[in-house]
Amino acid sequence: MENNSLEKPLILEERPPKTTPVNAALTFAWRALLRIRYIPEQLFDVTAFPIIFLLMFTYLFGGAISGSTGEYLNFVLPGILVMTVSMITMYTGLDLNKDIEKGVFDRFRSLPIWQPAVLVGALLVDVVRYSLASTIMITLGYILGFRAEAGFIGVILAVLVILFFSFSLSWVWTILGIIVRSEKALMAISMMLLFPLTFLSSVFVDPSTMPNWLQRFVEINPITFVVDASRGLIHGYDVTSELLTITYISLGLIAVFGTLTMYFFRNKE
Amino acid sequence: MNQSNRTYAVEADQLVKAFGKERAVDGISLKVPKGIVYGFLRPNGAGKTTMIRMLATLLKPTEGQATVMGHDLIKEADEVRRSISLTGQFASVDEELSGRENLVFIGRLVGFSRKEAKERADDLLAAFNLQHAAKRQVKKYSGGMRRRIDIAASIVISPELLFLDKPTAGLDPRSRNEVWDIIRALVRKGTTVFLTTQYLEEADQLADLIGVIDRGVLIAEGTSEELKSSIGIRSLIIEFENEKDLDETASIFTKMFTQAPEVDRTHLSLSVTMKDQSKAAKAIG
Repeated sequence: MENNSLEKPLILEERPPKTTPVNAALTFAWRALLRIRYIPEQLFDVTAFPIIFLLMFTYLFGGAISGSTGEYLNFVLPGILVMTVSMITMYTGLDLNKDIEKGVFDRFRSLPIWQPAVLVGALLVDVVRYSLASTIMITLGYILGFRAEAGFIGVILAVLVILFFSFSLSWVWTILGIIVRSEKALMAISMMLLFPLTFLSSVFVDPSTMPNWLQRFVEINPITFVVDASRGLIHGYDVTSELLTITYISLGLIAVFGTLTMYFFRNKE
Repeated sequence: MNQSNRTYAVEADQLVKAFGKERAVDGISLKVPKGIVYGFLRPNGAGKTTMIRMLATLLKPTEGQATVMGHDLIKEADEVRRSISLTGQFASVDEELSGRENLVFIGRLVGFSRKEAKERADDLLAAFNLQHAAKRQVKKYSGGMRRRIDIAASIVISPELLFLDKPTAGLDPRSRNEVWDIIRALVRKGTTVFLTTQYLEEADQLADLIGVIDRGVLIAEGTSEELKSSIGIRSLIIEFENEKDLDETASIFTKMFTQAPEVDRTHLSLSVTMKDQSKAAKAIG
């Protein structure tokens, strides 16, 4: 290496101005998109998951629960949509956990940037991923005979509600991503939380068919509210109270888990 | 800003970092003048990395305080981050992205426009002899290339103080020399470098001031010559914080060298003359 050519770029006389929080977050989002380009398998969860889930549950339960798969599809699609997107929120935590393990996280934390940008950027790209999953599932649903009574607008509104809730739910995984030490343990914990949360809800069956004690849990499960609201929006009945509850829950999740995440982020040892 | 802020890159006062009961850094005070290479020398697990992580705002000190480039480590963490950069086993780059993408990414984060960030990335890649691998994913880099891209990523905006954790660990001699050249060039341009190393030779070659750290405590400090001569002329002078430590060490040394060391109670120091060099090395090691 020639010293002359080496030394020239070493010292910059001018420093650029500090970047804005929005720019920092967008830059992190750009990084996440670049990574998808290198590892397209990362999209497996948002492409294959929805297809498998929809086909599997429609044809597995359809006959038994509704007497016909066609009718069941109309009932179950909004539910599976919520379930799938809620489940893939956990990958947010897994990605973050990997960054920490690899050491990139330490570089980010030592940069003079608005620190939450690391997480906000990742979550922005996740919202894109959730939208992709939703689009795939709804398209497949239409091919299989699904019809939304409230039309296309209803579907869009339902997806927006799901995206908002999922974004809020993601903050639970960011905490776990920071504090849990191995990817395997994180996966196990996430599954342990997500399976009961998604299955013990109104995703697959009408809660009135369940035993009383279970109904009580299902009725307070946030997933149930999101599923009911999506169903209502898609099939055209009034779900104002559900929407209000979801707004409270989501803002609550962001306030509590967002704050905790930032606390752990700053004090990570 | 007072006088000392202008002279010292790092001023640490009794820094302590405890993880539960274990005190990884147990009261280290040090002053690093600006413009030099300061080297922490010791085998692994002596608290070097913890000390650097604290000074780079990644860990909060349990006790004590420090200023880095004149900024309070805790109260002005953001200002500290603006003047430092770190590279090493911990602060790394994204292995999935190419070398160039990593540099552009960091350039964008520190405030460059897209065009400036790209120009800066290309300049650095050229300077670090990595143009040919610019578009290759970092995970496919060799050890030496990997370390060079790590350092390049740390100087996208020129830091006033650069932390390097074990910069040449595991490198072949040629790559090691390349990294040394980079460090020397940075120092010539006015960057202060604070590095840790397990290699005596590296500390000797690069560091203007060497701190020897053991079990979280700074046990010796000086230039390479000073440290060598303290072993060479077979006499060792140690200063203590309190009389209890002084007495304890004096009794250990009496056993080791079958001769009582000279104890100076007014300066809380002790000096021993040693006939056996290997014992002397063992005593300060």
